[in-house]
Amino acid sequence: MFPGVVALDHVDFTLRQGEIHALMGENGAGKSTLIKVLTGVYELDGGEIFIGDHAKPVVMDSPQRAKAMGISAVYQEISLCPNLTVAENLFIGREPRKHGFIDWKAIHERSQVILKALDIPVDYSKPLDECSIAIQQMVAIARAVDMKCQVLILDEPTSSLDDSEVEKLFELMTQLKNQGVGIVFVTHFLEQVYAICDKITVLRNGELVGEYAVDALPRIQLVAKMMGKDFDDLKKIKNDADRRVNYQQMEPLIEAEGLGRKNHIKPFDLSVYSGEVVGFTGLLGSGRSELVRSLYGADKPDCGKLKMHNQEIRFRTPKDAINKGLAYLPEDRKRDGIIDDLSVRENIIIALQAKRGLFKPMGRKEMEEFADQYIELLQIKTASRETPIKNLSGGNQQKVIIGRWLLTNPEYLILDEPTRGIDIGTKTEIQKLILKLAKEGMGIAFISSEIDEMLRTCSRMIVMRDHEKVGELNGNALTQEHIMNTIAGGVKTDEKGSTAELIKQ
Amino acid sequence: MKKDQPQSLSNSKDKLITRIIHHHLFMPIAGLMVVLLSNLITKPDFFMISMNHGVLYGNLIDVFNRGSELVILAIGMTLVTAASGGQDISVGAVMAVSAAVCCSLLSGGAASTNVLQMPILVAAIAGIAVSGLCGAFNGILVAKFKIQPMVATLILFTAGRGIAQLFTKGQNVYVRVDSFKIFGNFMPGIPVPTPIIISVVTVIVMAIILKTTTLGLYVQSVGINSNASRLVGLNATRIKFITYVICGLLAGLAGFISASRIYSADSNNIGLYLEMDAILAVALGGNLLSGGKFSFAGSIIGAFTIQGLTTTLYAMNVSADQLPVYKAVVVVIIVVLQSPIVQKRLRRIQMRRKSVKVMEEGGASA
Repeated sequence: MFPGVVALDHVDFTLRQGEIHALMGENGAGKSTLIKVLTGVYELDGGEIFIGDHAKPVVMDSPQRAKAMGISAVYQEISLCPNLTVAENLFIGREPRKHGFIDWKAIHERSQVILKALDIPVDYSKPLDECSIAIQQMVAIARAVDMKCQVLILDEPTSSLDDSEVEKLFELMTQLKNQGVGIVFVTHFLEQVYAICDKITVLRNGELVGEYAVDALPRIQLVAKMMGKDFDDLKKIKNDADRRVNYQQMEPLIEAEGLGRKNHIKPFDLSVYSGEVVGFTGLLGSGRSELVRSLYGADKPDCGKLKMHNQEIRFRTPKDAINKGLAYLPEDRKRDGIIDDLSVRENIIIALQAKRGLFKPMGRKEMEEFADQYIELLQIKTASRETPIKNLSGGNQQKVIIGRWLLTNPEYLILDEPTRGIDIGTKTEIQKLILKLAKEGMGIAFISSEIDEMLRTCSRMIVMRDHEKVGELNGNALTQEHIMNTIAGGVKTDEKGSTAELIKQ
Repeated sequence: MKKDQPQSLSNSKDKLITRIIHHHLFMPIAGLMVVLLSNLITKPDFFMISMNHGVLYGNLIDVFNRGSELVILAIGMTLVTAASGGQDISVGAVMAVSAAVCCSLLSGGAASTNVLQMPILVAAIAGIAVSGLCGAFNGILVAKFKIQPMVATLILFTAGRGIAQLFTKGQNVYVRVDSFKIFGNFMPGIPVPTPIIISVVTVIVMAIILKTTTLGLYVQSVGINSNASRLVGLNATRIKFITYVICGLLAGLAGFISASRIYSADSNNIGLYLEMDAILAVALGGNLLSGGKFSFAGSIIGAFTIQGLTTTLYAMNVSADQLPVYKAVVVVIIVVLQSPIVQKRLRRIQMRRKSVKVMEEGGASA
């Protein structure tokens, strides 16, 4: 499965009825592998699985078998059919039938009942891809619940949800817990673990570190256990970020004047400078990604001007941007980032090779040296440089993509959610790297859903709302409260939750 | 935790075997071997190669000779498949177009000629160039207009032979000149059939292209993830387009060989059904028809497997009209053996045997 790496080594895991159990660990710790073994996606090399009162171990050789035994999993990447309606998704594969035909009436009635019982605010006839990711996630959970699952595994369900959506998901989880469902909850958000979980199991490098009651394990201890060391790196970073240079006197690296793209991003002005980390913040779908994509030429802007080093330029394709020294780490690693069947080596060199062109292939040795250099520099955990990138854990895949762009030696590096779904250790490493690169003179655009993280690294933040650039904050204005207010549109609120509520309306 | 020496020794042997079994060319080669070696039972002299009148004869030579066009087509098909995740089903018809252009130029528009109206090289290049245009047409539809390859190439699949007839004015154009025949037969003084030489040269040229350009990496990258490829600066549209042009050019070359074999342009029969064999060769070579990673070696082996099968069946005196049935049976077996389900089963059996062995050894030492 993960050649050369033992993904999971003699791990014990116990889930009780009506319990929410956090499964914690850094990327590559074995969380996903454990889940996949429990749900029959991977086969066991050794060990046994027991369910309920059965004295005998069960054989879990397929996802269907796992489902039949009441184990369901909902993944970060939702595995439903986006082009079908909510109701169809709830019943696909197990449609109620009447005289051999699908009984649509029953489907619709039962869908309504299910959605109501779980308090999911969505119309059953809506196509799934028109629903927010939170709703999609809830539909996936509803489907699992309706299939009488006793064990519900939620793999990073909150990584693309905003605060109010997380709140709703938690309500749903509590409701299920009270019905006696055991829930395994995988997340990278520590506060969420402490908000809702009863137990914590920590894995590290495929081995069990231990099982703890939430009350008995303070946050700092949990982090220490996940990383296997004491943890004061975050503090260090904070000190570093306090250097705030006045960039406005320098010559801008890139300037945008009225750059925009219909229906995606309203015309905006922006100047960025070398050596500066600029954060782009706003709610999911507020246009932060669209903005940086229009800078990079990933989506062609249809109005406005772009200047680099005071010279007007146009990026027709990403290739043009790359040639001018831009680099872009996309938000959706799986869809836009990794080339999954290719090796780590090929994934690292591909951008530089594309820049060099069709007739200047790198020598084998050159490629290997580059690959080794970045595997070493970014501490990428991989069995070898020839391992297909799809066999790496998410955080390590992300590091490969970062390596890919560093290799092109860019002047301006755009990082769109580089830390999403990544463990704390790697997150810290990436933040440090960002600061280091900026110090060396690289201009950096940084997008993250976690404001903490941006406050730590950015010297200026651009705030987005409804596909529009609505503010620029720097210096003393860079506080959590100020940013939240700007995102919310100047409405003064004290509580984080209610701010998010306001924005939704 | 290290086990004792002898076991780790046998482990390393096991590992070598596992590595061989898991090599991506293991199944394709095994398929080819099974097809060829079955002749040992039915017709041992299958492997005899003799010299008659200064040229090589034998069933094995036949396989390589008759398989030449298929090898050339399979190379183009492999590229198209890898980059676009679809197949070019027009290659057979494009072969006919190439043959028609070439022969009608050589005959100067007449239905038959004993004198060349034009240097062969010029006519051949013209035929291949027109085929390249056909490939470009397919490429534009697939890469630029994002039409599914099967649908896009269906157009020339249907129209291609008609276009060939336009060039030949609906006749079979004969070029009864010895210097034209050598490309499908023998060159004076050289014992190896010319098609074999042409196909070997083609393979070498493609190998050099892969070595001196980054086409291979680009094609795989685009085939695996077109979105990501665009964002790292690859022009996915152009790369797909290039593969279709190459596929068309190679089909043109194959058409030229076919025409030379029968010294005529038979628009209705040249390359007939060969597109299906070419696709099958790609699949038998262990390449995914959904695109991505590819292996030329696999496709070439696949092409010889198909041709080997045909020649073997002829050697067994199977008549031409029954041939497809037997061919189908063998192909089904090979394809099923390579299927993910069977591969998984085989791996499981292998693992079980290994664990039994470990248990026995453990028991013995206890």
